[in-house]
Amino acid sequence: MNPSSPQKRSRSQTARLYWRRLKRRPTAFVGITIFLIFLILALIGPWIAPHSYVAQDVQLRLQPPSLQHPFGTDQFGRDVLSRVIVGTRGIFLLGGIGTLLAVLIGTPIGLFTGYVGGAVDEIVMRLLDVFLSIPSLLLALVLLSTVGPSKLNLILVVTVLYVPMIARVVRSMTLDLKNKEFVEAARVRGERRSYIFLREILPSAVAPLLVEASMRFSYSIFMVASLGFLGLGVQPPSPDWGLQINEAKNFFYAAPWVLLAPALTISLLVISTNLMSDGLRQIMQPGRGGL
Amino acid sequence: MAAEVNKQPVLEVEDLDIVYDTEHGPLDAVRKASFAIHEHESFGLVGESGSGKSTLAMGAIRYLAANGRIAGGSVRLNGKELADVPRHEMRHLWGSQIGVVYQSPLSALNPSYRIGRQIAEVAQLHMGMDKAKSSARAIEMLTKVAMPDPESVMRRYPHQLSGGMLQRCVIAMALMTNPSLLIMDEPTTALDVTTQAVVLDLVWGLKQQFDSAILYITHDLGVVAKICDRIGVLYAGEFMEQGDLRQIFHTPIHPYMLNLLGCVPHFDLGQAKRSLVCIPGFIPRIDELPDGCIFAERCEWAEEACTVERPPFVHTKDDHYTACRRWEIVPPVDEHVFAATSELAQRGGGEDEAHLVEATDVRKIFRTPSTGLLGRGERHDIHAVDGMTLWISHGRTLGIVGESGSGKTTVARTIIGLEEATSGEIKLHDEVLATSLSKRPRSVLKEIQMVFQNPDASLNPHTSVGEAIGRPVRLLTDASGAEIQARVLELLDAVQLPSNYYYRMPGELSGGEKQRVAIARAFAADPELILCDEPISSLDVSVQGALMNLLMTLQAEKGTSFLFISHDLSAVQHLSDWISVVYLGHMMEWGDATKVLTPPFHPYTEALLSAVPVADPDAKQANIRLEGSVPSAMDIPPGCRFHPRCPRCLGDICRTEEPPWREDGGDHWIYCHIPLEELREMEAGTLELATERGGAE
Amino acid sequence: MARYILRRLGFIALTLWLASMLIFAATQIIPGDIATMILGRFASETAKNNLRVQLGLDRPIVVQYLSWLWGFIRGDWGVSLSSDSAVRDIVFERLRNSAILAFCAFIIYVPLGIILGLIAGLRRNSWVDSTLSVGSLAFIGLPEFVSGIILIYIFALQLHWLPSQSSVDYSLGFWPNMPMLVLPAITISLTSLAYILRMQRSSTVEVLEMDYVRTANLKGLSARQVLFGHVLRNALLPTVTVVALGIGWLIGGLIVTETVFSYPGLGRLLLFGIQRRDLPLIQAVAMIIVIIVGLANLGADILYAYLNPRIAYK
Repeated sequence: MNPSSPQKRSRSQTARLYWRRLKRRPTAFVGITIFLIFLILALIGPWIAPHSYVAQDVQLRLQPPSLQHPFGTDQFGRDVLSRVIVGTRGIFLLGGIGTLLAVLIGTPIGLFTGYVGGAVDEIVMRLLDVFLSIPSLLLALVLLSTVGPSKLNLILVVTVLYVPMIARVVRSMTLDLKNKEFVEAARVRGERRSYIFLREILPSAVAPLLVEASMRFSYSIFMVASLGFLGLGVQPPSPDWGLQINEAKNFFYAAPWVLLAPALTISLLVISTNLMSDGLRQIMQPGRGGL
Repeated sequence: MAAEVNKQPVLEVEDLDIVYDTEHGPLDAVRKASFAIHEHESFGLVGESGSGKSTLAMGAIRYLAANGRIAGGSVRLNGKELADVPRHEMRHLWGSQIGVVYQSPLSALNPSYRIGRQIAEVAQLHMGMDKAKSSARAIEMLTKVAMPDPESVMRRYPHQLSGGMLQRCVIAMALMTNPSLLIMDEPTTALDVTTQAVVLDLVWGLKQQFDSAILYITHDLGVVAKICDRIGVLYAGEFMEQGDLRQIFHTPIHPYMLNLLGCVPHFDLGQAKRSLVCIPGFIPRIDELPDGCIFAERCEWAEEACTVERPPFVHTKDDHYTACRRWEIVPPVDEHVFAATSELAQRGGGEDEAHLVEATDVRKIFRTPSTGLLGRGERHDIHAVDGMTLWISHGRTLGIVGESGSGKTTVARTIIGLEEATSGEIKLHDEVLATSLSKRPRSVLKEIQMVFQNPDASLNPHTSVGEAIGRPVRLLTDASGAEIQARVLELLDAVQLPSNYYYRMPGELSGGEKQRVAIARAFAADPELILCDEPISSLDVSVQGALMNLLMTLQAEKGTSFLFISHDLSAVQHLSDWISVVYLGHMMEWGDATKVLTPPFHPYTEALLSAVPVADPDAKQANIRLEGSVPSAMDIPPGCRFHPRCPRCLGDICRTEEPPWREDGGDHWIYCHIPLEELREMEAGTLELATERGGAE
Repeated sequence: MARYILRRLGFIALTLWLASMLIFAATQIIPGDIATMILGRFASETAKNNLRVQLGLDRPIVVQYLSWLWGFIRGDWGVSLSSDSAVRDIVFERLRNSAILAFCAFIIYVPLGIILGLIAGLRRNSWVDSTLSVGSLAFIGLPEFVSGIILIYIFALQLHWLPSQSSVDYSLGFWPNMPMLVLPAITISLTSLAYILRMQRSSTVEVLEMDYVRTANLKGLSARQVLFGHVLRNALLPTVTVVALGIGWLIGGLIVTETVFSYPGLGRLLLFGIQRRDLPLIQAVAMIIVIIVGLANLGADILYAYLNPRIAYK
């Protein structure tokens, strides 16, 4: 008997179960597929973009879509399609790293405060509530206005905004799980706290955490793009989608494609991420409501 | 009333087939079910979970989930074929001709509206009454269900009433229109034993008072024995046996019913501990039923012919039907159930035996979360355990019995250290233990383990069976590497699970199997004491019996001591050497099991014994009922804490002075102001069983 | 009940106080010199010193915070660095403008979201439900600057039905400005509508599965009576909290939408302040928004307690 095989078997079983459920949910399937296409664009975008995203050509200013430039060109004669493709990476990096950091910081906070409870929990949660009482976009704007918009700062702002939310989710899962009999059985046999966190509580918290993270990621795209549009996101000449929209606003009537291309791309990405996270929730935690 | 029985039945179900359309295809949940109920009659639908008893009842009145449908057969209500009744007329029948009482009264009532409105609504709808008249009718009905102060109850919201009170409201609501059919779906399952007894009395009284035919759904053979005239035993969607209650309990003619009776522990005071007759195997899955008799696989009398063809449901004699081809050879109850069991150990554990664990004056006070701003508001102390002293001898079982809120679980949790005792002392082998689990050394952890109540939460869904049992072996014993695995396989064998379960995940196990794994895990490091916190309460009757057998066998083999906690007095008396009866955080009586359960009793024990449902229609029980509900542990009554509900309260002395512990020999104590002799006299005949069954060997 | 409200009030006061520290810290305690940040690297040392005195930057940080907080509570919100007028006057005018826009959006998305959510929940798993559910997921994902611009493109630039910019002037009264409010109000509504719809749907589905709905059915009530008599009130209860929590979103949407439509509201004022590094202005706007969110939650708590007997009697 090989001790590693039971784990493997259970994992492949879970995977099969999820796959069966996924097949019955076409919207989730579509969401995940589109998301994966964007992910691939983010990874290899610069190599498959038809043109350079910075190459300017005054002759080709504000050209409507053509075979050469499927999404047309912008005010500097740059290829809009290429800028949209290359811009994918930026948005994935900003939102993705920000969300990831928030998960890495928020999870231990939620686990610890939820498990220990008492005054520590009360104080930490009260402080996190304060963050949550301020609308995210407002807090992001105020923070960015002082530290200045840079890629690193954007990531940090996303992280600061999402740590409380992630911590809350993990905490409520932990509160739910810590009094479960299997955790008490672990305490009774003298397991260390690290074992209880990592092996008893965390595995059950992974599914809701994943769902929450995918939802946060979708909001982060939304927010980073909004910040770009407001001029407090990524600075020119980055091919940031929000920034492109902000710049294209001025000649919208003359050349709507410059604006519509990134606008529709953002919508597509956010919608597919939403469909994905909603699908993940239905697949991994069927029977639970929520947004 | 005998003349009326010949009249047309109120409900007549014939060859009813109910199908659920699932994603894996149709599921025949109920097949060819037939039964009839007459006026003034109560018919018990008895079955374990998954037997289809609720589906059958709800299908009969055509209230099924969206994916459920009636695939065949007929249902007649007062002679009217329900299949022909259009939907809106069916709605009219619900509520006017058909009243329903549900398992959980709190969730059955709308939390946002006052009780009065919810009850009166029925009269407005079906009896054309206006607000004032319907309220008057509601008050009248509440009075009929013996509700104290019905006017004020009308103005309450559901969350402000206790479970027993709520169930009376639901019963009153169901009876508003004097329906011809009353369906009661496990109406007392969610209630405490003493409240259950009160509600059962009420149902019994209403049966005489109203004409309604009662369809009573339950899994509890004790309840059914108390309340029903006729019963039908369902198994995996088919009737196995049907007929007169007494006939079925005295001379069952289907092996399933016979064995079900064997799974229920009977009061066998003073006898040695013995195993129960149980049913091997599992209930078959509805989608994988065999061609032959669906019980054949688990039946010791099955022969080849049984597996060929599904036997018909036949009439035998008088009013008695069976689905068994070989019903004539089914042995009598006394012979099979009460005589054939093997003796496991002598009951006992007197003063002379050494104490493994001693708890002295243990208290546990929970502080409620603050209600005020910044935690400075009032806090309330909940005295969950309020000074308990007890001990457990080597290799013996101490049973703790009490209703919800008695502190029975909390005292066990303080012993094992999951809760830190507020004061008092817990000793293992004469050594005082740290109150906090984290301060106890491995050597102590190894000796005390626990089996929890809820099998679904007992095992980590992400940990395989082998890992779950192997962890305590690794942590608490010297075993390492291959030894651990060998030990786990040994334990699996001990709890009668096949060795390939090593790789199973909890999600693949049934409730009973999960609990077996939990028991194996508790035994993993060979502890001296195992705390069993209601380990069988949430399981089916037949699984309960098998697990009790398992626990007793393991104890006999390994000499482990048990602390067995349950609200079920019959399970406690079956397993225990000593019994402690607790109420509101304090022991009322404790000592040798036989002595605790024979007079003299504490008045509370007496009430429990007269309330406990016994699976014997002829058992005679005193009619002692407790008024009101258990007071809050935040506000414990002065004097004797039981005095507000005590039927034998003496007066001022009980209200003001704490009672003395009265000693009855060296192994029995009662916490009461009434002297032992007087108690003995007044309490004769609290529980008399029809036959001296234990002595039938 | 009174004690419950008092307790909630206490929590919100505490939250506001902590939020004020956070806002102050985020705007004023930053690495580097604030005067340099505001005036630019090449400003004269005298100008910087003047500004430091004007902002009180020469005092210890705790004193700065306390005097700022005390000033804010008293209603002295300082003088705008960019326009030399009292911050309070500017903020109040813009607050009123934003409130008008927010109110217009509110009366669109709250009733519509509730009704559509109820329909989706009641017709669970039908095509109506899937359309609404998937559609709402799409709208939740649409940033306001995208939906706003698309609306402008269709209704202003192509169809010429409505103005593309919303330079309202309320001194003329509400109605003349009305056409300019339509597009921004719809823009803000879309996201919040989807949010309310989804929450209302899930609470409806949840209530429909409750035992007391079965009780109501088996009393013989008609589907209509069950819906209005037993389902509706319980299904609407969580929506109260959801609507209040959505106020935060609404404000985020307001900031972006006001920019898209050049609407003279609080959001644009905030951005203006940020561009000009007008610290008193930023702080005042941020505090006002936090207070509004806090009050919205308090109102929701009270309404919830009023509607839910289980809380009122605790």
